[in-house]
Amino acid sequence: MARTTSISPATADAPEAGELVATRRGRYHVLTRYDRRVLAAMVGIPLLLDVVLIWWPTVTSIYYSLTNWDGIGDITAGNFVGLSNYRFLLSGGYFQFWPAVAHNFIWLAWLTFIATPLGIFFAVLLDRDVRGTRIYQSVFYLPVVLSLVVVGFIWELQFSPTEGFINNAFGLVKSGHIIDWLGNPHINLFAVLIAASWRHVGYMMVIYLAGLKSVDPTLREAAKVDGANEVQTFFRVVFPVMAPINTVIVVLTAIESLRAFDLAFIINQGKNGLELLSILITNNSISESTRVGFGSAIAVILLVVSLGPIVAFLSQAMRPAR
Amino acid sequence: MPDDKILVPGTDLKLPLDLNLTRRDVLKIAGYGSLAAFIAACGGATPSGSTSVTAKGGTMSLGSYQSDSVPKKALADLVSSFTSANGGTKVNINTVDHGTFQNQITSYLQGTPEDVFTWFSGHRMRFFASKGLATPIDDVWNDVKSNFTEGFANSVKGDDGHVYAIPTSYYPWAVFYRKDVFAAHNYSIPTNWDDFKALCSKMKSDGLIPIAFADKDGWPAMGTFDILNLRMNGYDFHVGLCTGQQKWNDSKVTDVFKKWAEIVPYYSPAFAGLTWQQAADQLLRKQAGMYLLGLFVSQEFLATGGQADLGQLDFFPFPHLGTQYDAEEALDAPIDVFMVTKKSPTLNNDLGQAKAFMEFLAKGSTQTAFYVESPGAIPTANDADQSKYDPLTKKAADIVSKAKKITQFFDRDSRPDFAGPNGMQQFLLHYLASPTSSTTSLQADMQKFWDSLGPE
Repeated sequence: MARTTSISPATADAPEAGELVATRRGRYHVLTRYDRRVLAAMVGIPLLLDVVLIWWPTVTSIYYSLTNWDGIGDITAGNFVGLSNYRFLLSGGYFQFWPAVAHNFIWLAWLTFIATPLGIFFAVLLDRDVRGTRIYQSVFYLPVVLSLVVVGFIWELQFSPTEGFINNAFGLVKSGHIIDWLGNPHINLFAVLIAASWRHVGYMMVIYLAGLKSVDPTLREAAKVDGANEVQTFFRVVFPVMAPINTVIVVLTAIESLRAFDLAFIINQGKNGLELLSILITNNSISESTRVGFGSAIAVILLVVSLGPIVAFLSQAMRPAR
Repeated sequence: MPDDKILVPGTDLKLPLDLNLTRRDVLKIAGYGSLAAFIAACGGATPSGSTSVTAKGGTMSLGSYQSDSVPKKALADLVSSFTSANGGTKVNINTVDHGTFQNQITSYLQGTPEDVFTWFSGHRMRFFASKGLATPIDDVWNDVKSNFTEGFANSVKGDDGHVYAIPTSYYPWAVFYRKDVFAAHNYSIPTNWDDFKALCSKMKSDGLIPIAFADKDGWPAMGTFDILNLRMNGYDFHVGLCTGQQKWNDSKVTDVFKKWAEIVPYYSPAFAGLTWQQAADQLLRKQAGMYLLGLFVSQEFLATGGQADLGQLDFFPFPHLGTQYDAEEALDAPIDVFMVTKKSPTLNNDLGQAKAFMEFLAKGSTQTAFYVESPGAIPTANDADQSKYDPLTKKAADIVSKAKKITQFFDRDSRPDFAGPNGMQQFLLHYLASPTSSTTSLQADMQKFWDSLGPE
């Protein structure tokens, strides 16, 4: 900790930091009064921001989720509907809810089993100092720099049924066998996932590459001396050493798929096969249809689902270095 | 500043003082002057109408969703002519992207909105009026109502009977086609369902997409639902369905879906992934034969094609279905309006200016000037200069005037939480994905969804 005396010169009777100081009640503190004030400010201000910006909205959402409030005027006793929003959602009464949950999990599975491993694979390849590795890194990382809204527009142009690149490049428009990448509810989710992966692969690659660079090269040499081949070296030696990075990657993938929103919203406001929990929240509570109470109930459910990866991430990040 | 203009007594009309008058100006002065004298003579009970509710000079603000360049400029010009006509009233325009404006309307009207805002007639207007988020303008309406037909008068009334808006333009939904394409293939205008389907199959064999259709945006399909339901089940049932008095699992709705399934095979391929502009381009490029859409399709013709393409654009009313409701000649003709907010922080000061602006909007001359700059919708005022209309607009005004029942459009007639992407848009897309399968469970879902919505 920086010495405080240089900022505010100690007065004659002010004790030095680290000295035991008698309080009025006769107890002794390790910290001076000034230190304590600084600490209170350093803890208090973030705490206040945390409460105002995170806890207050969270608690308010839970409160709203028990009402049928439409966002206009005050909430009166007549607005309280108990748990009926949740009952309606979970019983399948709201026809879009379970499809949205399913799509979020498909999103998660796709990123976990296809996009993230692909990113790791690219990272491993680029770690081998192939010729032009910097160029490949830049190329794969470029989509990460773009906002998801831009990614959405780019891929909408690729997938557009009659004017899009893909259908025209394969001659499907001319031959009349148009594939409706964006409008067919059976395939449009996968079209969007391809767009999402385009960005996600680069993201994972960079994080993993940074991790690989920090692996002690002597480990690989030792593995080589022991007669391990490339695949064995990676899975038996490098991969276990990368455990902290692996956790970060798994958690980031989970968070990415839970907060998935932009691409589907850009394409068709998240309907017709592209329902996602985040979009249901928006369409219900922030659009012209103001079902704030109902939208909040979906938000609370998403919050509960999100707590899993968040807790996993925090416990990993907070764990003392071994 | 010395006023170098003459104010014609009893009117807002100002004339230059330099007396370089044409004969028309003299007639105008004489006409307005005697009209003012006449009003003053018989208006013992009403103290000089307009001057009591409106104010000159000062400032006011306007929240606008006219974010496209053409209507945006037209509105800016309208406002500057208001400024010069109303003693230099300074108008601050806040233009917001069209979709964003609609999505945020509830919080906008409850926060710190502008004094006046652009909006839609129908349930969408009545909803905010009944929530106390709009200011009634009966006094303005009393001054201008002679300039509007009965239909428009009804369209601006709230549930409480007060007037909340000034209608400024409207447009019909109809079946659009290219005259040159119809001429080249010798097609004739279908007037009944069988002719319509026969024409579709003829077009298909001629290599055309019979009906351009696009529903990525979700709302265009509602236009087809509206017209089929109006033709088959009548105006009263349709309005009842929009407002919850009729049930979605009614067999009458099943009939609509069954009828609709007969023309879905003639739609543009991959329509669920196309925007309405892309479908309009199919019509423009002579790939498609017909397109059921609003008159605003003409803007796309002008923007992507040109004046020659626009000249080829024509339309006919949706064909009759052989029911008793054909005689209603019902159609969707949404009306766009301006309203005065309630919670504007400056409204106390600006109410007079805002009302003067509303009166200005009700003038035929104002609406004509706007129309000339930004065609695509028809002026509402009786005294709008119809000689300025192009043939398409004239015809559009004509079919609306022949309609005995007029609806606004599904998302303006029904509650927004039902009509939005969560509800009706999604239901119709779901139906269109497999139009021939049974709609029983779909209709049950629709009714269940309606029942789940909170009180309004």
